[in-house]
Amino acid sequence: MDFELSPEQKLILETVRRFVREEIEPLEADLDPDASELPPHHRERLVAMTKELGFYGLDIPEEYGGPGIDLVTRTLMAFEMAQHRAGLYAPCYGVFGGAGLAQLYEADDGQKERYLYPVLRGEKRGFFALTEPSGGSDPARAIRTTAVRDGDDWILDGEKTFISGADKADFGIVFARTDPELGRKGITCFLVDTDMPGFRVRRIVHTLRSTHYAAELEFNRVRVPGRNVLGEVNQGFAIANDRLSRNRIPYAAGCVGVALKAQEMAIAYAKTRKTFGDYLSTRQAVQWMIVDNEIDLRTARALTLEAAARADAGKPFRTEAAICKLVASEGASRVVDRSMQIHGGYGMTKDLPLERWYRELRIRRVGEGPNEIQRLIVARDVIGGSFH
Amino acid sequence: MTGVRLAKPWLDLDEAVIAALPGQLGVYEIADAKGGTLELGFAGGRSRFGLRSAIAEAGAKHEAAARFRYEVTMQYWSRFEELLAVYLADHGELPPGNADRGEQRVGRLGVGSSCATGD
Repeated sequence: MDFELSPEQKLILETVRRFVREEIEPLEADLDPDASELPPHHRERLVAMTKELGFYGLDIPEEYGGPGIDLVTRTLMAFEMAQHRAGLYAPCYGVFGGAGLAQLYEADDGQKERYLYPVLRGEKRGFFALTEPSGGSDPARAIRTTAVRDGDDWILDGEKTFISGADKADFGIVFARTDPELGRKGITCFLVDTDMPGFRVRRIVHTLRSTHYAAELEFNRVRVPGRNVLGEVNQGFAIANDRLSRNRIPYAAGCVGVALKAQEMAIAYAKTRKTFGDYLSTRQAVQWMIVDNEIDLRTARALTLEAAARADAGKPFRTEAAICKLVASEGASRVVDRSMQIHGGYGMTKDLPLERWYRELRIRRVGEGPNEIQRLIVARDVIGGSFH
Repeated sequence: MTGVRLAKPWLDLDEAVIAALPGQLGVYEIADAKGGTLELGFAGGRSRFGLRSAIAEAGAKHEAAARFRYEVTMQYWSRFEELLAVYLADHGELPPGNADRGEQRVGRLGVGSSCATGD
């Protein structure tokens, strides 16, 4: 596969790289090492810049006003946008704008008016609630939240956990079981407003990732109008599954981005730090760590771009998305770990971003489907059949 | 699983007590003599001596500050966000020392008086 950059792609990437290094990185010198938000005045200033550059709302489809960037270019941009301390979970602190929840583009016109357009205007925020205490890797069987029809409405009862952004959201996309006999064909997707009686954010779930935390939700006889069913009744699993595959590509790209930066830091440090009279970069033990980093990086980068290229070409990409997610999350974890080793004691400190990436990358091997599930997906696709 | 509120003993805000504090990262609450919360905060990765310096600096900002309590935690950001959200749910507003953050930037937890099961 040829990934020679076009002149336009080169220009875009140079612009994003300069933006990260000249606008984002200097601000991080004054922020808490675990911060994932910019002070409002800086955020407004940088959003104005990305709008001026024509890069705001990168993931919004062109027909809804987005810039119409293909997924390969978007992935290349994601490699650059992640190359700073908060870059894994808050690339450029969100100043390139978001696209909202992809499922909303499949909503009916009334739902788009009430949810999609306010999200695109920055007036509303949503969350995606699939995982439950009973499990997230096998949602078709694990979903115990129920929705029972009551006249024109539905009554939701149950719990969700590890849901990001729910405590600050106006609504959520919530999956519930509407037919207990039908397995994955008995799941329906609902739009639930957070001010509906019976909805409660019960607690924050504290994890290795201190910012962009997740929360635990409770649905206690939440009455949801029938017009808030997203898609068809009992067809919710397809909506969830489509999102899971597509999200794995940018998820992998973020891992590659921080690993690229960790490798850059490791090489720079190895060239300046002397031990026993010579630079670390002259020591074979250190050279091999850097070489192993490079192999992990190039592998993850190529596989992530391959998945993006297949998606752009309209070809099936489920296998490629699963492979790039697991290779990038595992490879980037190794790259950051080796880079910490090269930095010695400093690598463990909050003075450098490596310790934050180390913690956050550990989550990436579980988030968006654990890597064991990615292997299961690939096994199903290359061997055939359905097995567990 | 710990409760969502900061259930630690109150300590007097005086130099000797502060000098004995750990230099670790964590969250804290500064209050007046009657227990009214003046500020919730955290000792993060940029704090010079962790909780010790962060509490000393926060206490010095409030004339009425008389006591404090703290919790050592590496998850200081999410714990701080949680404490702000709990306070907002309980009181309908933020502590005076956190008012400039703006309520719209604070999460909403269902742990207020209207939620019988919230601890």
